[in-house]
Amino acid sequence: MIAARREWRASYAFVELNFRAIKRYWGWEAVWLVFAIVNALTVAYIAPGGREVAGEAFATDRLVLFLVIGTVVWAYLQQVFDSVGFMIAWQRWEGTIESTFMAPARRLAMVAGSSAFAIVYAFVRALLVLGVVSLFFDLDLLQANWLTALAVICVGSVGFLGLAVMVAALPLLFLERGEQMVMITLAALLLVSGVFYPIEVLPGWLQFVGRLSPATYVLEGMRAAVLDGASIGDVAELFPPLLVIAAVALPLGIAVFRAAERYALRSGRLKRHG
Amino acid sequence: MTTAVEIVELEKAFDPSGLMGELRRLVGRPVARVAALRRVTLQVARGEIYGVVGSNGSGKSTLARIVATLLTPDAGRARVFGRDVERESAEVRRLLNRVSVDASFFKKLSPLENLVFSARLYDLPPRTSEPRVRQILQRLGISGDPLTRPVEQMSRGMQQKVAVARAFLTSPVLLVLDEPTTGLDPASKRDVQAFIEEVRDCHDATVLLMSHDMDEIARLCDRMAVLDDGRIVAEGTPASLTAPGETLEDAFIRLTGHALGDTTNGRAERGEPAGVGETRP
Repeated sequence: MIAARREWRASYAFVELNFRAIKRYWGWEAVWLVFAIVNALTVAYIAPGGREVAGEAFATDRLVLFLVIGTVVWAYLQQVFDSVGFMIAWQRWEGTIESTFMAPARRLAMVAGSSAFAIVYAFVRALLVLGVVSLFFDLDLLQANWLTALAVICVGSVGFLGLAVMVAALPLLFLERGEQMVMITLAALLLVSGVFYPIEVLPGWLQFVGRLSPATYVLEGMRAAVLDGASIGDVAELFPPLLVIAAVALPLGIAVFRAAERYALRSGRLKRHG
Repeated sequence: MTTAVEIVELEKAFDPSGLMGELRRLVGRPVARVAALRRVTLQVARGEIYGVVGSNGSGKSTLARIVATLLTPDAGRARVFGRDVERESAEVRRLLNRVSVDASFFKKLSPLENLVFSARLYDLPPRTSEPRVRQILQRLGISGDPLTRPVEQMSRGMQQKVAVARAFLTSPVLLVLDEPTTGLDPASKRDVQAFIEEVRDCHDATVLLMSHDMDEIARLCDRMAVLDDGRIVAEGTPASLTAPGETLEDAFIRLTGHALGDTTNGRAERGEPAGVGETRP
């Protein structure tokens, strides 16, 4: 009981740390929020632009919503991935990694606290992006089933967190290239997860890789819920793969992270860099 | 007499080639490693200030980081109050804290925010830690506005004082100080040194002090060891190691055969490549 309370407090320390960091780095946070909004708008305007270029009538409104869902969901997943994936890189850059790792809190508390903050912050940020984008387009959200959307994003977030924890270990293994590897992983997920197009347009082998990404199922579920008002039952086939990915990715992520920490402790890589 | 730190036949070597070297080792290929500690043995009694003096790269920081559970030894053992630093690292971490030569903080956060975060990791809630942070920092000459301004706006000396406060905040029974006053101005250095003495005298803490500042070692330490090229070449009280009319620095030169300076291992620890003939198997 005492141990659980101690770990809970340690987890909360990371929530508070991230919150305080965002307050202090508010200028950067504002820049990235504007960037996410501009990015979402730019992508969404591809739909009316496509109609102009092709010169054919097609369901522009549906395509706009398809793209907006992609950008907003990706803004959410990207923020989760950034917050968790860069938690080690950030501490290494600040030079605090040794004092944090020397504290008696378990690494799981660090992961849990950073993840909890990441999900809440990413969710609020994604809602802001959606709010601003909806001012530019006449988005028809009346038929959306938000319960289904919430269920899909909640289950999908667990698998995505697992991937983020796994790549968070990269800066422990590679002092100089770890951060770039995190970014490359995110870029690969963007390509294969069907963020701006159905994954069926990809070559077969990339579709196979895409089926291993939790983002693929989250996007399919979100689009079914928001575009077509699908109920949880209607998208039931998406939950088994999401649950399997979550059940594999999270424990695997934590195991990889622990192994990377053991390597860092053995090789002396647990120190400031940059 | 209770033993606070017990180090027996401790060995540590680094592989400058990193993960590639690790892979080579896994497939049985030979890997050149640079020895940082060679069969180091020492004991520190409870309540003692024990100094380890040596040039840059002599192995001081490696020793400090092993005791502080930030590095695992290759061979030998290190215990803190009877607990093994590798197998019982969680228990050891509750007993100690460390100040390194780099005062590292979340730079945009204030000293108060940084220290409250640190305290939470040691299960100290803000209602307990905040007054304590203010009290310790005031004792070190920091109060008022600087407490709530970003750390990056503070001088190097003030940052180092905040680092000392962070280490002391958790009431450790062992303080590992790795060159805590390097780069400080004389006044800040005196403040930190006085605080270390106060910690020992009033709070029953043991201090393991790594330094290449001979005056600091002579002023603070009950006993000391001279570490050279990863080996302990002499141990005793500062007075017992110096011959009549000799300074501690003279004694260091006599014992090691060279003056204080950067060594091969310093580069190896920083991951810089060793030159021809500098690696050891």
